[in-house]
Amino acid sequence: MRRGTKPRLRTGLAVGAAAVMAGTLLSACGSESTGTPVLNLYAYPQQHRADIVKRCNQQAHGKYRIDLNLLPRTADQQREQLVRRLAAGDHGMDILGVDVTWTAELAKAGWIRPWTGSNRQQVENGTLPAPLSTATINGQLYGAPNNTNVQLLWYRSDLMPKPPATYQGLIDEATRLQKAGKPHYVEVTGAQYEGLVVWFNSVLAAAGGSILNKAGTEVSLGKPAVTALSTMAKFANSAAADPSLSNTQEDPARLAVEGGTAVAEINWPYVYASMAADKPAMLKNFKWAPIPGITGTGKATIGGENLAVSKYSDHPDLAFTAALCLRNAANQKYGAILDGVPPTIESVYHDTTPLDPNKKADAKTNPSMATAYPMRQAILDELRTAVSRPVTATYQNVSTVTSTLLSPPKSIQPESTERALRSQISDALQSKGVMP
Amino acid sequence: MTDDGETRPPRDETRAGADVPAPADGTVAATGGAATATAPTGAHRVAVSEGKRSERRLGWLLCLPAAVIMVVVTIYPIVYALLLSFQRADLRFPNDNKWIGVTNYVTVLTNSFWWHAFVITMIVTVISVAVELVLGMALAMVMHRTLLGRGLVRTLALIPYGIVTVVAAFGWRYAWTPGYGYLANLLSDNSAPLTQQVPAVGIIILAEIWKTTPFMALLLMAGLAIVPDDLQRAASMDGATTWQRFTQVTLPLMKPAILVALLFRTLDAVRIYDNIYVLTNGAQGTSSLSILTYHNLIGGLNLGIGSTMSILMFITVAIIAFIFIKGFGTAAPGTDSTGRR
Repeated sequence: MRRGTKPRLRTGLAVGAAAVMAGTLLSACGSESTGTPVLNLYAYPQQHRADIVKRCNQQAHGKYRIDLNLLPRTADQQREQLVRRLAAGDHGMDILGVDVTWTAELAKAGWIRPWTGSNRQQVENGTLPAPLSTATINGQLYGAPNNTNVQLLWYRSDLMPKPPATYQGLIDEATRLQKAGKPHYVEVTGAQYEGLVVWFNSVLAAAGGSILNKAGTEVSLGKPAVTALSTMAKFANSAAADPSLSNTQEDPARLAVEGGTAVAEINWPYVYASMAADKPAMLKNFKWAPIPGITGTGKATIGGENLAVSKYSDHPDLAFTAALCLRNAANQKYGAILDGVPPTIESVYHDTTPLDPNKKADAKTNPSMATAYPMRQAILDELRTAVSRPVTATYQNVSTVTSTLLSPPKSIQPESTERALRSQISDALQSKGVMP
Repeated sequence: MTDDGETRPPRDETRAGADVPAPADGTVAATGGAATATAPTGAHRVAVSEGKRSERRLGWLLCLPAAVIMVVVTIYPIVYALLLSFQRADLRFPNDNKWIGVTNYVTVLTNSFWWHAFVITMIVTVISVAVELVLGMALAMVMHRTLLGRGLVRTLALIPYGIVTVVAAFGWRYAWTPGYGYLANLLSDNSAPLTQQVPAVGIIILAEIWKTTPFMALLLMAGLAIVPDDLQRAASMDGATTWQRFTQVTLPLMKPAILVALLFRTLDAVRIYDNIYVLTNGAQGTSSLSILTYHNLIGGLNLGIGSTMSILMFITVAIIAFIFIKGFGTAAPGTDSTGRR
């Protein structure tokens, strides 16, 4: 019996090995039969991204072919797939659509390549400094900003004729509206998730502080953080706060305004297109203003996507070229108009030609930046002062710890919360702590 | 283990008497499981003939390939995880890997998130397994006693167990989401139960119970099948009420099956992952140990801390299994089952 098992085992191994080899050969044939190098783009689902990929493939004239692969819908799952495969040295990914908050993490781990030489120059040329800062780590550029994002204060001008510039102003307005028996909630993203970190980061920037120092190596916080935390706590306990503040993410915030229970929201620009589609009657009173601050207008926290090239890409040079095509001004304009993602190249904001330059501009059939982006000047202005979230390899830990400690915003105790944040974020920076 | 599994079932048959009807497939499997767990008591009692011994050797040889593969695919990861748990190993800092002794264990064991997850896991385990035992027993009795459409009843009862957990969990999640969920709409106000800790944990427990009660019932039904009918009849001749027969005859005889069912379910419940992952993903303080481990290992890319948690979970599970098997050793009715009455 014992003697019998051996040959059988060997046969099994041989069959297994043959199967593996056959698989390798087959896949090798698959990618080389056309002769065109295939670049795998992994990015979050964006409705018209396939069109942009197609345009670049046409312009490449057979030099390369980009294959679009969709990442899952939620940010955490997108990141998870990327880091898991990068950690395993997966050669099947070339161009990565990376959220601004993961860029530093992937760069520090050595999973994405720096942009150098003329590639870097082409990225930096004409790109707004704020999005660039999210991809610049220790003086090296690790991503080409493909789109960016900032929150604005969206409000109903029929209830609130003049938008306040500060949180105190919003609280006063809400108290006035409450007394008048009118909708008075001001929606902010207060649920325990990334949105709460964005809110804190913005208020903290308005107070003149930041979560980490510039180099991203140490906790900064301190006095400005106490000011920011008292502002948030005061807001969360005021007439402006929705009772479900601690569960509010972007979409519930948007729906509260569309549904008429809230007077204003601090939210991303996509709410404008939603309002136009869902409640066209409310659109004429749906206005935007810079996000509020503490002593004056606030500072926005920057979002968006950078295109990075994987370390394990088999065709890195082509990948850089292809990424440059995907994010060029024409394609950013296309994405901005059709998908509502704000561009990172400044000239696109001033572009007046409609989508089809040969036809007359029309809001419905042939939109231009002016018709699709009436708030583009406000976005551009905010981008000039916008701040990024901590640029650190351990951002995921910093963010999770922060949102956990700040939730629910109602229970923030400025001094002690600041101390807790300081100690837990310090641990997180050294990857010492436990993530909740 | 294997060798006792082979010798025990015959002994069970002799004990239970020749007139016991041939058990269904599930019964054999479950009895085998019970026998495995009661191994220490019965191991030395059976005198083995020459033919029996060579048969057993053949059994071992037949099992060998599977055993080798099991060892290779489980021992290596376990040892690797153990080694990682003594290192600072963070995928984001590939150059900073170093041996740090038990620092990771100190970090995890002094961390409040860990103990919070531990408490949540234990709450979910104890409540869900207790309720499942009661419901599963009731279901098993019904399935055992049903004369008409027995197959249909068993099939129906098994449906929840047959549904993929993740799919079922999504069903629950949508059902409890305000706006379109039929269960959430039953609540008077527009509340979102999954966004508050206590209701969320309650929903997780509910989903667990719904999902695994059939499994419990199946194991218990196998136990019911080994309770001889003539004992029941004799008891009723002696004037025992239904309840007395249940507590004095059925339960003691079923004890091995009950303990096996409890062991399986407890170990399962301690490792609860998929239901929580879909329902809350650990938000609002509903993380179980598995979820916390996953977040640190895969989300945080911290192999050191994550492996430490895995090892600690492994130890937790081992302790529970040890307690149960120890319990078997003392409470196994095989030693003197009839004397108990």
